[in-house]
Amino acid sequence: MKERKVASDEPRQPLPGAVASAPGTVRELLEVIYRTESRRMFATLVRLLGDFDLAEEALHDAFRVALEQWPREGVPANPRAWLVSTGRFKTIDGLRRRARFDFVDDLDDRPDPASEEAADEDSIEDDRLRLIFTCCHPVLSPEAQVALTLREVCGLTTEEIARAYLVAPPALAQRIVRAKGKIRDARVPYEVPSPAELPARLDSVLRAIYLVFNEGYSASVGESLTRTDLSAEAIRLGRLLVQLLPEPESIGLLALMLLQESRRETRTTTEGDLVLLDEQDRSLWNPELIAEGLALVERALVSGRAGPYALQAAIAAVHSETPTAAATDWAQIVALYDVLLRLDPSPVVELNRAVAVAMHDGPAAGLAAVDAILARGELADYHLAHAARADLCRRLGRTEDARAAYRRALELVRQAPERRFLERRLAQLPA
Amino acid sequence: MKYLCLVYLDEQRLDELPDEDCVAYDTAIRSSGHCLASEALQSVHTATTVRVRAGKVSVTDGPFAETKEQLAGFYMIEAKNLDEAIRLAAGIPPARVGSIEVRPIRPIRETVARVGALRHANPEDC
Repeated sequence: MKERKVASDEPRQPLPGAVASAPGTVRELLEVIYRTESRRMFATLVRLLGDFDLAEEALHDAFRVALEQWPREGVPANPRAWLVSTGRFKTIDGLRRRARFDFVDDLDDRPDPASEEAADEDSIEDDRLRLIFTCCHPVLSPEAQVALTLREVCGLTTEEIARAYLVAPPALAQRIVRAKGKIRDARVPYEVPSPAELPARLDSVLRAIYLVFNEGYSASVGESLTRTDLSAEAIRLGRLLVQLLPEPESIGLLALMLLQESRRETRTTTEGDLVLLDEQDRSLWNPELIAEGLALVERALVSGRAGPYALQAAIAAVHSETPTAAATDWAQIVALYDVLLRLDPSPVVELNRAVAVAMHDGPAAGLAAVDAILARGELADYHLAHAARADLCRRLGRTEDARAAYRRALELVRQAPERRFLERRLAQLPA
Repeated sequence: MKYLCLVYLDEQRLDELPDEDCVAYDTAIRSSGHCLASEALQSVHTATTVRVRAGKVSVTDGPFAETKEQLAGFYMIEAKNLDEAIRLAAGIPPARVGSIEVRPIRPIRETVARVGALRHANPEDC
């Protein structure tokens, strides 16, 4: 039985082996095409062949054939269309041969020009959107959505994704294999959702992208190099989504990520300790990212259909536009949280609003709001709820309550920089 | 493409689901052509679990495992893809109160037939 090369371990760099030894200009051209277009072509091939693994195989077959034929016969007028058509032809042909057991190697495998797909911009963009929506289908677990999206939409290798998530590569590979298996065996449709389904499905995509961003955003210093790439990847995905589907929430998410990313340099000290928003050196915030983020927030808000991401971005924008922490317009932030809470009545949003209320109306008001959440039994195991409570008690001079709350937060905190921050605050309390 | 919808719910909550509602949905889905088979099941107390080990048949009273939600019925449906299957499953009245597991069938008869044909054609390849 013909052995099928598993494409998932290929490096994202130029194709190995065969490309390096091909005649200069053809090799260079194919390298450029591979680097800039392979994910788009992959998306189209998934649509044409109905299967992720077949599409990978087709992509590699296409480049292999191009390496053999283009030096002989010249580069075709539309290289991308040629590659897609050839890849598809080869794979379908291969499937037929396997079913019939007649492996004839020197069969004429020149693609029929009449069957070449037009591969116009619209259908390619549709294909990319289809791919994103399929990888982020809610029937897949969030971990599977993230892994599949990074692999198939972004083109990261299994090793790169595994390293970024501190998961063993075989486990990550298995996650992807299972996800593709589910798509195939349960027949998850490869479609852009209908208008009726779009809000819920887009929500799934945005959540997956934001999960990737947060993974990169809150890494400790030790893994920071790899984790920063994840944030960059998420932003790249966010840009692609806005380009393909400029819904207010896509725009809102991109704005939020850009504004948060603009503060990366100031969020941690060189030792990897946390620096809170009010202590960050705002002159080190990235002005280009802020400008872009602010413009996007504007766009999302004027649409009249701003959702939770756009509102979170609007809140971030208030900070981004304020030169010093002391000058922050907390009234506006509380007002934005009021709107956000109506759209997303989650206890975490309520907590963040309580922190803003404390800044606007004083710690007693903020503490009352935090206590109301905890009294309902919500966020009992959320370290930030107790950290907020501790801070507010500290500001009110309720030292013992602050101490107890910091201790509770420390029981629940997971990340080293946050742990160190809480330990420091605890140690700074009067005896 | 066939999917089996396994209807699970906490039997204590059966009174929240009048039989008339369930039959109404059953009638609708059968007339839509999407339903290949469907039945409600008697209570989990009437279940018997059969196992054969080392040639010996053993029977135990009750379901194969105690669970918070119990199997109450099933629908074998025909849908063009998982999204359609989910839409059909979401309409099953117990979905409001319990859980519907939607599972694609495995074409085991076709697979076995194909492998059999392969073996026949190329006995040394397999």
